[in-house]
This record gives sequence, C-alpha cells and structure tokens, in this order.
Amino acid sequence: MARSVTPRRKLLNTTIAWAIGLLIFFPILWTILTSFKSEAQAIASPPIFLGFDWTLENYRVVMERSDYARFLWNSIIIAGLSTVLGCIIAIPAAWSMAFVPSRRTKDILLWMLSTKMLPAVGVLYPIYLIFIELGLLDSRAGLVVVLMLINLPIIVWMLYTYFKEIPGEILEAARMDGATLRQELIYVLTPMAIPGIASTLLLNFILAWNEAFWTLNLTAVNAAPLTAFIASYSSPEGLFFAKLSAASTMAIAPILILGWFSQKQLVRGLTFGAVK
Amino acid sequence: MSLKSTLCAATALSLITASGAFADGHSATITIATVNNGDMIRMQGYTDQFTAETGIAVEWVTLEENVLRQRVTTDITTNGGQFDIMTIGMYETPIWGANDWLVPLNDLSAEYDVDDILPAMRNGLSYDGTLYAAPFYGESSMVMYRTDLMEAAGLEMPDAPTWQFIREAAAAMDDPANEINGICLRGKAGWGEGGAFITVTGNSFGARWFDEEWNAQFDQPEWADALNFYVNLMNDYGPEGYATNGFNENLSLFNQGKCGMWIDATVAASFVTGDDSTVADSVGFALAPNAEGVEKRANWLWAWALAIPAGTQQEAEAKQFIEWATGKEYIELVAANEGWANVPPGARTSLYETPEYQEVPFAQMTLDSINAADPTNPTVDPVPYVGIQFVAIPEFAGMATEVSQEFSAAYAGQQTVEEALAKAQAITNEVMEAAGYR
Amino acid sequence: MATKASRSAARLMMAPAVILLLGWMLVPLIMTLWFSFRVYLPLRGGDQGWAGFDNYTRFVSSSAFWPSIQTTLVIVLGVLAITVIFGTLIALLLDQPIWGQGIVRILVIAPFFVMPTVSALVWKNMFMDPINGLFSHISRFFGAEPVNWLSGRGIDWTINLYFTSFDLEVTMGVFSIIMIVSWQWLPFAALILLTAVQSLDSEQLEAAEMDGAPVHKRFWYIILPHLGRAITIVILIQTIFLLSIFAEIFVTTGGAFDTRTLSYLIFQRVLESQNIGLGSAGGVYAIILANIIAIFLMRIVGKNLD
Repeated sequence: MARSVTPRRKLLNTTIAWAIGLLIFFPILWTILTSFKSEAQAIASPPIFLGFDWTLENYRVVMERSDYARFLWNSIIIAGLSTVLGCIIAIPAAWSMAFVPSRRTKDILLWMLSTKMLPAVGVLYPIYLIFIELGLLDSRAGLVVVLMLINLPIIVWMLYTYFKEIPGEILEAARMDGATLRQELIYVLTPMAIPGIASTLLLNFILAWNEAFWTLNLTAVNAAPLTAFIASYSSPEGLFFAKLSAASTMAIAPILILGWFSQKQLVRGLTFGAVK
Repeated sequence: MSLKSTLCAATALSLITASGAFADGHSATITIATVNNGDMIRMQGYTDQFTAETGIAVEWVTLEENVLRQRVTTDITTNGGQFDIMTIGMYETPIWGANDWLVPLNDLSAEYDVDDILPAMRNGLSYDGTLYAAPFYGESSMVMYRTDLMEAAGLEMPDAPTWQFIREAAAAMDDPANEINGICLRGKAGWGEGGAFITVTGNSFGARWFDEEWNAQFDQPEWADALNFYVNLMNDYGPEGYATNGFNENLSLFNQGKCGMWIDATVAASFVTGDDSTVADSVGFALAPNAEGVEKRANWLWAWALAIPAGTQQEAEAKQFIEWATGKEYIELVAANEGWANVPPGARTSLYETPEYQEVPFAQMTLDSINAADPTNPTVDPVPYVGIQFVAIPEFAGMATEVSQEFSAAYAGQQTVEEALAKAQAITNEVMEAAGYR
Repeated sequence: MATKASRSAARLMMAPAVILLLGWMLVPLIMTLWFSFRVYLPLRGGDQGWAGFDNYTRFVSSSAFWPSIQTTLVIVLGVLAITVIFGTLIALLLDQPIWGQGIVRILVIAPFFVMPTVSALVWKNMFMDPINGLFSHISRFFGAEPVNWLSGRGIDWTINLYFTSFDLEVTMGVFSIIMIVSWQWLPFAALILLTAVQSLDSEQLEAAEMDGAPVHKRFWYIILPHLGRAITIVILIQTIFLLSIFAEIFVTTGGAFDTRTLSYLIFQRVLESQNIGLGSAGGVYAIILANIIAIFLMRIVGKNLD
C-alpha cells in the first residue's frame, strides 16, 4: 500500500524509522562494541561509547580457551541437518494436507502445533533415559532427530500455508496431461514452492540454532554446539563483560550474517498464511 | 528428482560422518565436566603438560555453575556415563558416595600423600570414612575490608570481629557521595549463593535449619534476629539491588572500590589482591563475624573437588588426572609460573607450611577460617545433620533454593522478613513431610 | 479433485510426519504419566513404588502453584500485547516510503537471530545491572536513582472483572523478563504484520482518504480488520513459544521475585529438588494448561485459518 508522500513527510518517517531501528538494534551493537573493550573499560563509569582502546584481546582469550570451530561446526551440522530432515518429512505431509484436505486436516495441524507446548524440562528424564538406551547421548545424530521433531510442527504448518496458496487448477492441468503424482510433485509443485521452502528452511535453521535446552542437556563434548560454548562464559569469577560480549558476538555472528543476507527470502516467506 | 534425492544423499552422508565422529573416541581420552571458575580455567591451560607427561588427552566441558550442577546430576543419577571426571562440591560428594555412584579414592599413590589433605576438607569429602572426591581447592568465608577506608574512619578491624562491630564499621565507611557502600554481601537467590550466606549468618546468631526431630526452625527468634539484622545492615549500608548480588557481582563491586567490606569465600582473596583489582594494595582480612555471645561464627566450608563417576571406562586414567591436578606438583607448577598467591588454596596442609606461601597476606587467615569451620557441629544447638552452609540431605538443594528466593524477595522489599520466614517454615516442613522425615 | 487413489496416497505421505510426532508426543507423555504416579527420587535410589495421586495433590497444594500460573499468564499476555501493538506500529511505519528501508529492516529483524541465553545474559549484565549496567549509568546521568530492574518492587494493579476483582502484582523482575522476551519476539511480529500491511489494497485506503476519513478511522475500519488474520497468527505462534520460555528466567532471576512460571516450577521440582514424580505431575498439569490454551486458540484461529 506504499504511496507517494511529500519529502517532508518522508524525512519525518525516515527519522522515526531509523530511530526505532537503531533502538532495537542497540543491545546487539553494544555487545559488539563491548567485545572490543578491555574488561576495565567495559564497566567504566560513565560508559565509553566509541573512544576506548580497541583490542582483540577478548577474542584471543576466547579462542585460546575453547575450540570455537568445533562448537560452530556442531551448530551448523545440527541446525542444518535437523532442518533439512524436517523438510523432507514435512513436504509430503504438507502437500497432502494442502491438496487433499479432509475434515480432520485442520485438527491434525493444530494437534501438531500443540505438541510444541509441552514443557521440555518435564520430559528431560524420559528423553535422557531413552538416549542412554539408544547410545545417542552426546551424538549429533540424536540431537538432529530431537531438534527435527521439535520444529517439525512449525515446518509442516509453514509449508502447508504456502502450498495452499498454489492454485489447484495448475495441478489439475498437469494431471490432465498425464503427469504422475511424482512428476506432479517434482516438476510442478516444487518450483512453485521453492520460495516457501527456502524461507521455511531459514526460519527453522534459526530456531534450531538458538535452541538451548536440549542442546545443552544432551551433549558433552562431541556434539556440543554454540549454546554450550556460551554456557562456559556466563558469570565466571571476576570481570567478564568484555569476554562474555566477545563470546556472545561469536555465537550470534554466523546466524546474524546469514539472516541479513537472506532476509529478503525470510521476510517474503514469513507469512504463515497471514496474507491471503 | 534432483532436489529431493540430493537432499537425501546429503543427509545420509552427513549422518554417517556425524556418527563417525563420536565412534572414534580412542582409549586415552578423558572427559571432564567442570565449573568456569578462575582456578579451573587456569588448570585447563596446563592440561597440555599433563597430556605430554602421560599421553592421556583431556576434553573439557566447562559450564557455568548452575548449568554444571544440573548437567552432572542428571548424568550421575541416570548412569549416563558422559563424563570420566566431574567437578562437584562438598554437598554432593557424601550423598553421591552413599549411593555408590562415585569411585572410592582409597588407593591413591604414596606420592600423592592423601594425608596431606586438610582434615576439614577430607572429612567433608568422605562418606563413612572413605574419600570420594579430591579437593582441587577449598574455602571458608572471611571478612575482606579496605584498610585505607578503615584507617580514614579511625577504626581498627579486630582479628575476630562481631556483627555489631561490622555494622559500626559499615556505617563509618559508607560514603554514597563517592559510590562507596559500607558493606557488600550476597543476597542472590539460590542455595549456593545467598542461601549459603544467610545460613551461616543464621548459625552465627544461634539459629539452625532443623531441630533434632527435623522440625524446621524458621519460626524461632534466632532466625528473625539474623534476618532482620542482615536486612537492616544491607538496607542501610549495602549496594543498590543487593538482592541480586552473588559472589561475582560482589567481587566486581569490591574490585572497583565500591565496598568497604565484603564477607565471602576465602578464595576471593587472591582476586581482590590480584591484577583486576583497583584496591589490591589496601585489603585486610579478618575472621567471619559472630553475634555477641554466640560461639559459632559465620564460617562456611566448601571445596570444589574432582570425583570419578562409577562405571567409567577410564577409571585408571581419571585417577591419574586427579592425582596430577590435586597433587603437590601442580601447586608448585602454578607457583612457578604465576606466583604463590595464585595457587589453588585450602586443600593441602603442606601448602600452609611452605615458607613462600606463608608470606602471602591472606594465607594464614584462610587457614584459620577453614579450621574454625566444623561441619559435624555447625550450630549452637544440636542438629541432626552434617554441613555448615548446607544440610547434607538430597532434598536440601531444592528447598533451600526456594527458601532463599523468599528471603531475596524480602531483601528486595517485596515482602516483610516475617512473611519470608513464615513461607520458609512452610516450604521446609512441606518438603520434609513429603520426604518422610517427620 | 480428491480421488480415492490420491486420498490414500495423501495418507501415505502424511504418515511419516504424523507417526513421528505421535511418537515424539506419546513416548515421553506415557513416561511422564508413569513417573507422575511413582515416588521417583533419583538421589534416594530412584523408583520407590506407587504414589497414587500424591504427586498431583502435592503439586497443586504447594504455595508456589497458583502464583506460577499467574506469572505464566502475565508474561505470555504481556509479551503478546507489547509485540502486537509495537509490531503493528513498526509495520505501518516501515510500509511508508523511507530512505534506507532495507537497512532499517535489517536493524529491526536482528534480535530474532540472537539466542535466548545470549540475550538474557546481555540484558541482565550489561543493561539491567544496578551498578554497572547501562541503564543505571543513564539514570545516574540524569541524577535519578538507578532502577532495580530485576529485584524492584514493581506495580500493583487491582483488576475489576464484572464478577470479581483481584490484586495483580507485577514485580520489576516479571516486567524485565517481559521486556527481554518482547525484544526477542518484536521482529517476528513486525515482519509478519509488515507482509500483511503490504498486501493491503491501497486504492481502498486512498478512497477513504479522499472521503476525508481521519487517520484513526482509517486505521480502525480498514487497516486493523485487514490485519486480523496476521495478528491471530502472531498470537498463535508466539504463545506456543512463550509458554515454554526458560533461558530468560534461568539466567536473570532464577525464579526469584515472582518470576517462576509453570515450566520453571517444573524445572525446580525435577532438577533442583530431584523429585521426578512431583515434577512429572507438574508436567501433566502443564500439558493440560497447554491444551486448554490450544483449544482456546483453535477457536479463534480456526475461524481465521480458512
């Protein structure tokens, strides 16, 4: 609904929008700035905004103390695989819900979402015991499965809403031309659904990346992702704001950069069927 | 065709590599869960030397204290086998030892000299006379104060002050205009944080958690005295928002020169006299206080110790590491590289007999504080439990955290001291009834 | 268009997702149910036999239960209100022609990428710390007393419903947690609402403007009804995530100062008190609560989803 407005109005809007944008972004900016301060300057009163002695010391200490690359790699693998696996399972389900709806489709959909409302800690012991039985503790495979299951309802739902927006006539036409179900799925549906699938992948990658309960409690060394990395920098003894900031920046930077580069896709897809 | 099958192939491939990664744990790697305290982080820096000496590789899982507790407790109770060594405290050790979850450390080598461990620490980390965890460092609590501010106030800190004197000194040093608080104390909720502090404060006022029949004692006047004294002291001379201050918050306040006094763990001494401190040259030490006429002081006793979970595949290697990390040579290693003030304190008698260490300003007061603490006889009136700032029963951690949350709400002014004590009494009795003590 | 063949094919395709989720739900659920009827104390040797309904009565009769329900609802509703209101305003603003729209959008979206643990740590230490936090520096700069963000007293409200009235105390701790969580979820709400605003038929709006309809009327009668569906979606998705927030409480207050939600209470029972039976009974209550809310939401969303 964007319309043309007077330059004065545009200036006003721009100012307000930038002010709000910077305000929302400020905590992240402050964290990044603090990560380049010395511990003493990080708590200096009054606080120093830019005129401090920039140092990479905190990053050096963090890199020396923990194997950042391993945590990062685990985060990428776990978040990535759980998202991809979730999509592979969700695409057929969402497809059939969207194109062959039955009376119970909506109930199934909402039931799936309601499984997400169970408090994770309530089932920590059952899951932990199952993981011991299956030998999955501290394995990426186990975490991939758990995170996939946690996010599956969201994936199914997002895909469902995209698929529903694809006009059924196109499919009918394809079917008339003698396309099989598989061909229909691969040659007709998939290309049309790519933007939706892309944003679903992105959103769930973010959710899996940020999951901090299971990733912390089911891992030790081999599968520990960045959430565990952060847990070793929160409230240690002594001054820690600067080191915490450096570790935080390292933990969020990859996903922040990914998100910024792909924000167009993410935004385009982030409708959940909100727009008709 | 292509998209889906590519994805499938990629997934399968990565799952294989993923599972390959955890299958390769070769025999000589031990995994250690530890807390992110300064001395442990320093130890991690020296791990390479251990690996070079023994050929045993070490994987560290370093976690913040609360996360660590939850992580290792889940693992030990379910026999999860994730760790070969766990860093635990004096509270967990006897309980876990009684359940046979820990490997008894009764066959340590002669060079290790187990008799050198301070008796208080050894008793606290044993169950039924068997040592289950080796202390990496030990601590009690003591008063740390600013000698310059005391001098300016015209006061002199006795070696064994009373609470009444502490209040006097806090009043004299309190200087809001210069952002100096008379006193900084823990108020943060959590059994190991503010809960520990208020429990020893209670002890020093003659209060106790339970009588001999396991009845909660928060309805007794001693508790009201202790809590009221604490709240008044902190409201008058304590820092802003002290109800959320724990060890770390107070350490950073003290190091910034914002506290006249701080009563906390003896291990803090090496931090407040260290490089990060702006007041390193003017810190004095004294025994934890008591209320006038009460024989018990606010001394606690704690050790961060290394224990081996029963059922580990690497028991021999784990023992080797424990002997290395808690032995005399490690202390000498740190002393040679970082100076005597930075060695892990409070674990070994021989350390306090070392002439170089005796020159460290806080050494003697730390030892005196540790010796003043008696876990088997923590309170004025007799109690059915062991432990000073905790009660060594499995139910304690949960209920003491809830009790300390009520206390913190009182510190924050969200309820009165009387309300907090009444709730504490109810919570405690509820838990004890459920657990079948009464 | 659904033939019999495609219907069975559809079932087949839905099967993996449904079976997996059913398993994911049922296996832990059955185990939780089982534990909730047992005296299960890991530190006292594990499973010690039947408890009957003891765990259930004990969980509810604990003084912490009803306050935890209240806190849960206050936090969920508070965050929903803030994110929906400010999300709508930001969406309307970003829809206007402005210079550097892409960059502003990047700035607004950023908090969504931050791990809850990290954001809680950053807010608690670097902003809300009463001595070294940025907020306290700012208040001191203006000569004001620093606010105790996590432990302050907060506000008392008396809420009058037509059949009853009750006192609602929102402590600063609860307020701060609402603030932190809102910061994390505001981008999500704003972006979904932005998509919806952008799909609004501008001709209709211009026509209304021509007719001289004032701004608030245009908002109330044209924009808001159009956003209804998007707002429902935002509420539904966020509620699902907000009911189980954990890291924000664990890091900031540890459940003190009335910030104990139902899921945090369960955490305390299971992990801090090591009473699996009691915690599992709490888990069952949480499932019941979640389902009540889910049914409630389905009523609203169900209408809007078609």
